[in-house]
Parts: sequence; structure tokens; C-alpha cells
Amino acid sequence: MLALYLRDVRLGIRAGGGALTGILFFLAVVATIPFGVGPDLNLLGRIGPAILWIGALLASLLGLDRLFQADREDGSLDLLMLAGDRHMPALTVFVKCLAHWTACVLPLVIATPLLGLFMNIEPIGIGAAAVTLLVGTPAITFIGAAGAAVTVALPRGGLMVSVLVLPLVIPVLIFGVSASYGAVADPDPFLPPFLILCALTLFLAVIGPVAAALALESGVD
Amino acid sequence: MRLIADRLGGKRGGETVFSDVSFALGQGDGLIVTGPNGAGKSTLLRTVAGLLPTGAGAIRFEAAGADFPTLASACHYLGHENGMKKALTVSENLAFWQEFLGSPHLPVIDALEMVGLDTIGHLPFGYLSTGQKRRIAIARLLVSYRPVWLLDEPTAGLDKHSEIQFIALMKAHLEDGGIIIAATHLPLGLDEVKELRLGLT
Repeated sequence: MLALYLRDVRLGIRAGGGALTGILFFLAVVATIPFGVGPDLNLLGRIGPAILWIGALLASLLGLDRLFQADREDGSLDLLMLAGDRHMPALTVFVKCLAHWTACVLPLVIATPLLGLFMNIEPIGIGAAAVTLLVGTPAITFIGAAGAAVTVALPRGGLMVSVLVLPLVIPVLIFGVSASYGAVADPDPFLPPFLILCALTLFLAVIGPVAAALALESGVD
Repeated sequence: MRLIADRLGGKRGGETVFSDVSFALGQGDGLIVTGPNGAGKSTLLRTVAGLLPTGAGAIRFEAAGADFPTLASACHYLGHENGMKKALTVSENLAFWQEFLGSPHLPVIDALEMVGLDTIGHLPFGYLSTGQKRRIAIARLLVSYRPVWLLDEPTAGLDKHSEIQFIALMKAHLEDGGIIIAATHLPLGLDEVKELRLGLT
């Protein structure tokens, strides 16, 4: 399993892996918002955490369609599924998700503090946004895996994955953003939405890979 | 260890591709599946591997030991695709499969030597020619041990010399007490193997 994790991280980072595309897209989204909204620093600071979250959400959906498709095209997916007695398919999917998250989504989280400066968010708000993204984005990857597994056979499934997955990640977005605001705005609490966000990630870490493994198993042809 | 197909039928996309296929293979038995394009050779292999549901009949596998209790855990499947990543080097690819598949057999460098490519382990897989890629995929059969080999057009893209090399590998596997089912148009030059002719129905 460690071998699979290392292989996928390596593939993600090497040329054509898509780790860089995600981070560039994130940068592009966040950097254009101030031009559109205008130079109102207070307004930017207020909407900043939400923009960071939406940007990270969309950027992390970008590479998801390749999660299983690349393996399917070169025949590895058959072999991964065939080894199902040795490594439970759901566990294989889970490890692939973790590797995808490490290679493609973790860089987004690391870039968040820098992009937070663009949005004039105060330091504690930047910290809160980064922490909520750190615990919230794995949930997006886990749901995304289910979407990617369903559309694995479609030649241009990229947009399809996003459309399938977006409604399901709305709760993650809501609690992520409200926790980030909770750290800044005084009457709003930080801890309750943050804990719900953690719970969502843990919950989806189980449901997502199991659903994806089922979809992959019934989808082979 | 025995592998038995009992009046097996295979379906692809709801259409029956072949039906009433029966065979029984014991240790050291090989089966060559021949037939025209579309006769269901690949479907048969994928059905046996468990990648496709059986359309009719049944496949039984009597395990020899506790190491490989089910057919899926006991078989190597070599399909049309090689199952290797272009961005990784040949050695990295093989080392990954060895670790993931378990039951290590030959070290990566020895397996590469068996297919005559021990000097290119450091190259990215994507740089290789079609025949070389196929030989690396064959080396995957050697890095992890599996008693049953399911081979779909294993010699596609191989030159004459590599073909002979591969036939020797298959013979060695059969003498070891393994089972091979191979779908191919080419005469593999293996004696003492059964032949299954699939026709268009």
C-alpha cells in the first residue's frame, strides 16, 4: 500500500502530473477577484475566506477525473482490482485518494497564506482558512473519488465529475467557510463548525472510497 | 491445484460472445485459445480472471495451498495494455508491482535480464519501443509469483528472438507446475498444451 502511495505521489509531482495546474488555477481565481471586486480593502477582507475556499474547492476538483482514468487507460486499474483479495479495493481507493491529496491538494493549502494576503485577510483569519482547508479538503477528494469512479469510462468525464461532485461538497464548503469566519468575527463560534468539518471528513473518508470501489468493480469491462 | 470451467458463457455489453466452453486444467497444463477476431478470446480471459461476470456456467478453482485461496489471488493477468506508467522508470514500475502484488519471485534486475532488457532499467517506460514495453510487461509476470498466468496476445509486438525467449519462460512456468491460458493467433510452439478454438457463433 505504501508502494501505491509513493507511486501516485511521484506521478502527481512529475511532469504531466497536474499538481502545478491546480495551484496555478487557484492562484488565477484568487488573483482575479480583487480586480473584479475593486480596491475596497474591507470588502475584500470580508469575502476573503469564502473566496479562498471556493478557489481551493474548484482547484482540487480539477485533477480528480484523472484519478482512475489514467490507471484505466494503461491497464493498471485491472491489476489493482484483480489484487482485491490481497488489498481491499476500498483501501486501494483510499490510498490513491491520500496520494492525490498529498500531491495535488496539499500544495493549495500551503499556498493559502500567501493568497490570503492578496485578499487583505487579517493574520488570524488566514490561519483559520488554512487550517479549515487542511482538514476540509480531504473530504472533497474522497467524494471526488466516487465521482471519478462513476465517470471512469467516459472519455471526457472531467466536467461530469465536477457536476456530480459539487452538490455533495456544499456542506463541506458551508462549514469550512463558517469556521473560517468564526475565527475572525466575534459573535460567531469557531469550534462547532470546525468540529463538524472534521466529522464530515472522517465520515466521507469511509463512504467515499467504499462507494468508489463499488463503482469501479461494477464498471470494469 | 485445478482450474475448471464448466459450460462457461461470456457476455460483453449484453451480447453473448461465447458459450458452452468447458476445460479442466491441472498443474503444468497450458491452454491456447485461438479464434478469429471477435470470437471472445479476450472476454474469456477477462471472465476467467473475474474482471467480467460469468454469463453462464461456472469457473471453479481448487487451491493447492493457503497462499492463493482464490483464483483472482492466484493469477497474473497480462492484458492488451501493459499496466505501466510512462513517467516512471522501468525499474520503478516493476518494483512497484512487485511490492503491490506481493509474493516476490525474482528481483527486478533478474526479471529484466530474463527478458533481455537488463540495461534499460533506468529509462522512463514511455521512451521504450512497443516490443520493449511488452517485454517489460512480461517481466512483471516474473517479479511476483502467481501459479496461474492469463495472457492476452502476449507476443503482440515482439520480435522473433523475444518470442522464442518468451516461449522458454512459459515452458519453465509450466514445468514449475503452473497453469497458463493464452489467447493468441501465433503458434507459440508449445507442445503438450491443449487448444481451445472459439468460433463466431
